[in-house]
This record gives sequence, C-alpha cells and structure tokens, in this order.
Amino acid sequence: MYLIGIGSMFLIVLTGIFAGQGFALAFSVELADFGAKNYLGRIMSISIVRELGPVLTGLMIAARVASGITAEIGAMKSSNQIDAMTAFGIDPMSKIAVPRLIALIVMVPVLTVFCDAIALAGGWVISIFIAHVSSTMYWAAVKERLVFGNLLIGLLKPVVFSFVIAYIACYKGFTAEGGTKGVGKATTESVVLTSITILIVNFFITKVVFSYLKGYL
Amino acid sequence: MIKLRNVSFSYGENEVLKNVSFETGDGKSLVIMGPSGSGKSTILRLLLGLESPHEGEVLINGDNICTMSEAQKRETRKKMGMVFQDGALFDSLTVGENVGYYLIEHTKMKFDLIGEKVEEMLGFVGLGGDNVIDKLPEQLSGGMQRRVAIARALLSTDPKLMLFDEPTTGLDPFATRNVLNLIRKVNSEKGIATIVVTHQIADAIEIADKYVILHEGQVAFDGGLDELRDCSDERLKNFLEPFRESFRLVLGKNFVDC
Ligand SMILES: Nc1ncnc2c1ncn2[C@@H]1O[C@H](COP(=O)(O)OP(=O)(O)OP(=O)(O)O)[C@@H](O)[C@H]1O
Ligand SMILES: [Mg+2]
Repeated sequence: MYLIGIGSMFLIVLTGIFAGQGFALAFSVELADFGAKNYLGRIMSISIVRELGPVLTGLMIAARVASGITAEIGAMKSSNQIDAMTAFGIDPMSKIAVPRLIALIVMVPVLTVFCDAIALAGGWVISIFIAHVSSTMYWAAVKERLVFGNLLIGLLKPVVFSFVIAYIACYKGFTAEGGTKGVGKATTESVVLTSITILIVNFFITKVVFSYLKGYL
Repeated sequence: MIKLRNVSFSYGENEVLKNVSFETGDGKSLVIMGPSGSGKSTILRLLLGLESPHEGEVLINGDNICTMSEAQKRETRKKMGMVFQDGALFDSLTVGENVGYYLIEHTKMKFDLIGEKVEEMLGFVGLGGDNVIDKLPEQLSGGMQRRVAIARALLSTDPKLMLFDEPTTGLDPFATRNVLNLIRKVNSEKGIATIVVTHQIADAIEIADKYVILHEGQVAFDGGLDELRDCSDERLKNFLEPFRESFRLVLGKNFVDC
C-alpha cells in the first residue's frame, strides 16, 4: 500500500503537472481563436477529471506497479515459493492477490484525485501566465464542470482500473514459466496488456456513461 | 497410509512417471532413490497434489487427492510437511517468520509463544546460537537455508507425513548427522511417516524401513534392505554400483554378489 501510494506520488506529480500544462496550452490557443478563452477552465475540468487524470494515473500505476507485482509473483513461482505456500495448506491466490487488489482499490482513486488536482493546477499556471485568463475566472469555470456525473466517472474509472491492473498483473505472475527469462517476459506482457486494457476499458466506460448518465454530465 | 496406484505423469511430451505403484504405512519411513531426473521430486509433488497424474490414483489415507476439492486439499496438506529440494523459503520474510509460518497462518497462538517455538526448532536443526532468527534467507548459506526449510516444515501443529527432498545434499557431515537424527526422531518419537528422497545410500540405510528405487520413471525396486541386498536386477546393480563402497562401510558387508 505504501509502495503503491507514496512511491508513485512523485511520478504522478510530474505527469500531472506537465500533462495539465500541455493541455491548457493547446486548448487556450485554440479557444482564443473563438474568443472563448474564458471556457478554458471548463474544458480542462472535463478533460482532466473525466479522462486524462484516470488514464494517466492508470497507465503510470500499470507501468510501475503491475510490473512489480508480476515480477514478484513470477519470481516466487520460479523459486517454488508459491508451491511451498500451497503445501502449507494456503491458497496462494487469495494470500497474494487479495491484499494487492485492496491496496490498488484504495490507492489508485486517491492518486487519481491527486493527479487531477495537480493537472488542474498546471492548467491554472498556464491560464494566468500565458493565456491571461484570470485566476477567479479559471477556477470558477473549473468548478462549474465538477458536477456529480463527471466526478462519478472520474472515480469509477480508477476503481475499475485497479481490478484490471491487479487481475492481469497477478495472472501474468502466476502463469509465468521458464525461469528468470520467463519472468522478464511475463512482466513486459503484463505492462503492455494492462496499459492497452486500461485504454480500451476507459473508452467503454466513457461510452456507457454517456449513454446512460447524460443528464448528469 | 500413502499409496500410489498405477500412476503415470508427463510434463508436456516428456513422460516422467510410467505406471508407478507403491505404498507406505502410517509412521513408516520410506526412502526414494534413483538417478537424477528419474522423477523423484515429481512423486513428492504428486503426493501434495501440486500436480495431478494423468493416469492412476494418489491415495492419502484412502482418499484420492486428485479428486478432492481445493478446500479438502488444503485440509489434507495441513497434515503434511514438505522440504523442497531448493528450500523454497519465503524470501521476503525473515528466518523466524519462515519457520513460524504454519503457526502464524493456521493458529491463533500468541506471537511470543511462536517466537519461543521457533527458537526451539532452530536449535533443533543446529541454528540456535547463530542469531539467524531476524535475518533474511538470502543472508544465509545454502546449508543453513536447507536447515531452516526443515525447521519450517517440522513446526506445524500435528503433521502425519513429512516429505524431504534431498534434505542432506550440500550439508557438512555434522549438519547431515543432525538432519538424519532429526528425521529419525520425527519418525520414531512422534510417529510421523516420512518419505525421504536422497542420493546418499548411507543416509538411506540409516533411516529407511523400506526403499523405492526409480529408474527412468518406473519402479525398479520396492522392498526392504535384505531384498535390496539380494536383488539381481541389472538396472539396480548398475545404479547401486557407485555405492558399493558406502554399502560395505555402513553394513560391514557387500550387497548382491560381491
Ligand atoms: N516444471 C517442469 N517442466 C517440465 N519438465 C519438468 C519439470 N520439472 C521436472 N521436469 C522433468 O521431469 C523429469 C523428472 O524430474 P524430477 O525433478 O522429478 O527428477 P528428480 O528425480 O527429482 O531428479 P534430481 O535427483 O535431479 O532432483 C526430468 O526429466 C525433468 O526434466
Ligand atoms: Mg529432485
């Protein structure tokens, strides 16, 4: 839990701040063409809370934590530790996978919220110094779009991503075969597969929510 | 009682065990020998239900472990202890936590009490004075790790069967002696059945009630020491040939026709 949480914090701060600034920069130029720079906050709010924050956080955790989980379980398997656990009359699946899943379910949403906040702050810096939108204007616009629906999506996604990460990472670890090399391969596959799955699942969540929850958005 | 009935098993294309049958009674000590790669470790894995045979049955007290539910398997395994060939210590846990693993997981025993039992068990395998209890397995030598693995397997509430996969390989003579005494003690004092895989015929003779010798996945011999000595099977003679000397040393007499 500590490793997933605090360990990933720095990464999330970096990603969040630069992604937020990049987005804000691109949007502000485009919006300026329409004379709609004051909407910057709204667009930032929607894109970050609903899409960017969860996906970025999910991908970072996939890279950092899924690889770790797969490698750890794979190494335990190849050194017979999983068998030893089984021989003690313990179900290694629940013993190993469940605590990691719980840690992810707690930490990924927290980190996502954190990432959202940092990215919005990054946008705020751009809005003041480059886009010349006033601070009050920006935050008011941001707040306007922090409605129930958006927040729900923004928090539902990381929870779903946690399951994706835990399931794939553990599965790849438990099925790793062929010693050290096999563990390396499983780890790579685990990161690639979780990342892709997160992107795909992200799309479908957005899609489903758009169909059913339109009124709240 | 442990019984393998017509067990065949392969890893993919590689046929490891062919029609293997043998049995051993409660409280008895069985030694499995055979050349490297003949399927000895695989038999222990089958007994624990870590692998399932493709044919035949593995009976633990009359129950086929292959057809049990996962929950039943777990209950059965709690009555067994296993020392893996490579130790298989949990490398993220300290030596103390490794040795106390069964008690920590399966009992509500107080932590202090577990600590005492762990100390006692470490003393039993000759690691008492070394202050190893708070070390990590990787900080120990190979032989020390093996003894920790033995201690871990022994420290459970009431095992009925202990499986040792080459417990004395890589140990110095003194530690070997300790481990053998330990196995004998487990067997005779606590009445726990033991199945020991070993290459050391001198060790085997010291602990076995009965011998099973594997050759290319088949049982080449199944019986007691006298039968072993009188056995005239060519494969067996070839296998035992290198041990002629130790046989003579241990028994003060030769085996077979020499
Ligand atoms: N996980 C595995 N996957 C594929 N083949 C395996 C696996 N484990 C063992 N084998 C094969 O099964 C055969 C028997 O292996 P086993 O470990 O039972 O031998 P052993 O008698 O214990 O040998 P040793 O004395 O060297 O420990 C060997 O030919 C080995 O190549
Ligand atoms: Mg072996």
